[in-house]
Amino acid sequence: MAASSDRNPPPFPATEEPEPGLGDMADGDSDEGEDIFVNNRNPVSVSRGVSQPDRVNEEPPDLFTEEEEPDSTAAKSNGVQSDEDNDLFAEAHVELSTDKSGSSAARKELCSSSASSFTQSPAALQPTSLEQLEEEEATDSFDVDVAVTNPEKIGDGMNAYVAYKVSTRTSLPMFRNKAFSVRRRFSDFLGLYEKLSVKQSLHGCIIPPPPEKSVVGMTKVKVGMDDPSSVEFVERRRSALERYLQRVVSHPSLLQDPDVREFLEREDLPRAVNTQTLSGAGFLKMINKASDSINKMTIKMNESDTWFEDKFQEVETEEQQLRKLNVVVDSLVNHRKELCGNTAVFAKSMAMLGNSEDNTALSRALSQLAEVEDKMEQLHQEQAGSDFFIFAELLGDYIRLLGGVRGCFDQRMRAWQRWQEAQNTLQKKREAEAKLLWANKPDKLQQAKEEITEWEARVTQYERDFDRIGMTVRKEVLRFEKEKAKDFKSQIIKYLEAMLQSQQRLIKFWEAFLPEAKAIA
Amino acid sequence: MMEEVKEVTSFLSIHGQNIKVSEVMQDGDALTFLIISQKLSGTGEYHVGRTWDDFEWLQQHLFSREDVPGIQGVIFPPLPAKAPVNASAKVMKQLGFLGLEDWRPYCKALETFLRQVAAHSILSKNKAVEGFLTSSEPTGRQKARKNIFNRLSQAVDGMRKEGHKDVDEFFQTERDHNLILTGCTKIAAEKFLDVVLTEQKIAVAYGHFAASLHLCVEAGEDPNKQAFSRVCVKLSEVFDSMKKNMASVAENNVSTLGLGLDLESRYQEAEKEMLFRRICKLVEVENARRNAEKAKPVKKTAMEEVKKAAETEFEHISEVAKLEIAQFEGARVEMLQRALVQWCEKQLLTAKESADRFNQHLQVFRGMA
Repeated sequence: MAASSDRNPPPFPATEEPEPGLGDMADGDSDEGEDIFVNNRNPVSVSRGVSQPDRVNEEPPDLFTEEEEPDSTAAKSNGVQSDEDNDLFAEAHVELSTDKSGSSAARKELCSSSASSFTQSPAALQPTSLEQLEEEEATDSFDVDVAVTNPEKIGDGMNAYVAYKVSTRTSLPMFRNKAFSVRRRFSDFLGLYEKLSVKQSLHGCIIPPPPEKSVVGMTKVKVGMDDPSSVEFVERRRSALERYLQRVVSHPSLLQDPDVREFLEREDLPRAVNTQTLSGAGFLKMINKASDSINKMTIKMNESDTWFEDKFQEVETEEQQLRKLNVVVDSLVNHRKELCGNTAVFAKSMAMLGNSEDNTALSRALSQLAEVEDKMEQLHQEQAGSDFFIFAELLGDYIRLLGGVRGCFDQRMRAWQRWQEAQNTLQKKREAEAKLLWANKPDKLQQAKEEITEWEARVTQYERDFDRIGMTVRKEVLRFEKEKAKDFKSQIIKYLEAMLQSQQRLIKFWEAFLPEAKAIA
Repeated sequence: MMEEVKEVTSFLSIHGQNIKVSEVMQDGDALTFLIISQKLSGTGEYHVGRTWDDFEWLQQHLFSREDVPGIQGVIFPPLPAKAPVNASAKVMKQLGFLGLEDWRPYCKALETFLRQVAAHSILSKNKAVEGFLTSSEPTGRQKARKNIFNRLSQAVDGMRKEGHKDVDEFFQTERDHNLILTGCTKIAAEKFLDVVLTEQKIAVAYGHFAASLHLCVEAGEDPNKQAFSRVCVKLSEVFDSMKKNMASVAENNVSTLGLGLDLESRYQEAEKEMLFRRICKLVEVENARRNAEKAKPVKKTAMEEVKKAAETEFEHISEVAKLEIAQFEGARVEMLQRALVQWCEKQLLTAKESADRFNQHLQVFRGMA
């Protein structure tokens, strides 16, 4: 990882930390980059394809074509203690890596084209981009690996909670160490989300939503962590929290956020309060409420670009479809569990039959059968886990993520609203000025003129904000879609691998049983 | 003696072991089963259509041969219960493996019944069997003579008699053993049916998932959307494969082990009924002996006659029973073995096919851009 040494921060007066290029577009800290785009009113479609070295917009976040490997604990275990201390990161890591060589060629082109098109830009930015791009070529990947493990029940009774170990391994210089870990509880994760959504969504980012809050689940755990449903609950939550963090750190802008760093690094985090509204049902309710208030907007947005309308529609439709799928998966998981139970009962009944049987060979065969069925029950159990952890969780995650996508569309609407309102106010101020002119009150006039100047600036600002947020939203959505296809594909591969393994074990069971069956004389 | 009973001399003009119940035809409320038998002479086949009522008529005729000594000692091949066209859920449930949507297990059970009858040295002599299998004449609705084959369930004092101490250790052991086995087998069959029903539910759920995935497929040129759509289409195919796999697994279970357990269960019940009949006769003998002892001189001779008759019948029954039991033990073990081997072979084949198909799907996904 040459990243650490070569990454001298670009001479940006405002920032102290190295930033992955256009991450600053969305980062609240630095506004410098924006000046370039003041003339680019029309959000250019950010092509994900390799071929087109598009305009300025296409820079850095695209370069970090991420390969996320979400939850891979899938078929392994339903156990609570993921005691993978040795190999925490073997399965759970996020790689911000370059894609294929094709895209690096495109980026080279980008370098030159952006260099030439940046005639008006502050010279400062140029070297950054070039530097950044060249760096990307040099390093194959720089990674932030995050894992959530070792759930531990702290305390007793109704005040008990579960603390998780959050471990980070990174080569990024913005972190104090290369490897470190902290203990966090569920409300901490929710608190992180709250902070991020307040800040980052203003820029149109899709903030990964946290996992569901569950009173029922937690109550069981508070009572005791030993029964299978509690075990499953804790494991499900641990896994979801891990995926949540992985999505956060794989987002280039979010990774820059000091709150994220604090979450990962700081020993003691102040308790997050007011997390009621933020999780699961609360989260979606919040999104829906926001949507409702926007629908009630008196000034309807005149969409100059149908891309947003169309996309929004798609997102809503997709959310519905995923919900339907989720329902089917849930019933599938239940049937599998039922099959487990039935197989176990059947195995017992065969064992009894085998014991009652006089004929020795038959008796032995029947007992063997009982054993085979027992093994199959084990298989079914794992299969249910696989169905559940892979598909149900995947669908659940994306249903929530789509809610987050809707959220960022809403943010854009709000930005538009703000702009419109500012324009209205400006208009009113101008009218007021005109009146004062006519009434000839020079002292008030001065103030009016000042106010007009102020509001003119605001209008410009808000308009810029709106454009910028629009571009971010487009980028975010496209990134999301790309990630989604990849995510689904990788989970499906995992599922198929587990299925295949299951089948092969099944084959072995049958092959072992056949001679026993034939031996009955 | 009873030597000739051991020979499986066929009194039928057809090959008993090739009888097939090939299909069932529905005509309104009536179900007709097509029975195909091969002529011994090799000149062709008989195709006969029979309803369940016809089968019952046959069974009643088999019961009614009181002239055959020791007929009550015969373990009668069990006839599956009637499966009416619009059967209530309760009836279907009682039928167990024979009450599933697929008619093939039921046909197979009827087929087994006929084969067992045809192979039985005593029963195959009954002219009713030949007529049933070869003649297109309706079986006639005349009720068979009232027979003394009280089913255990109908017997008022069945429970008491069931526990009646035996005079022969062989039979006592057999009765005890039968009691345990009947119970165990019935439970095993029920539990296995539960497994199969759940498997069928899973297959249906897979089908729903596969169908729902198609709804996620979107047209459009956006490469990311296309990528996702491709994923959905391929995943739908995966779940379709999984559905077929699970349906096969369930079907294999039904057609081999399920049917086997069902037959074993009913066969054990048939033995139970035979043993009960014998015990009833034993009780009758013991009563007759008491009566004969207590009888006043006037009635004494008559009582003695009755006693003698009862004792002779009991002897015959026991003799026949012993042979039947020996044959029964061999037959059921062979039948269970066949069921287990077939079950294992079919499931092994299905598992291998599925593994191949999953592997193919996996390669497709891995190769996807």
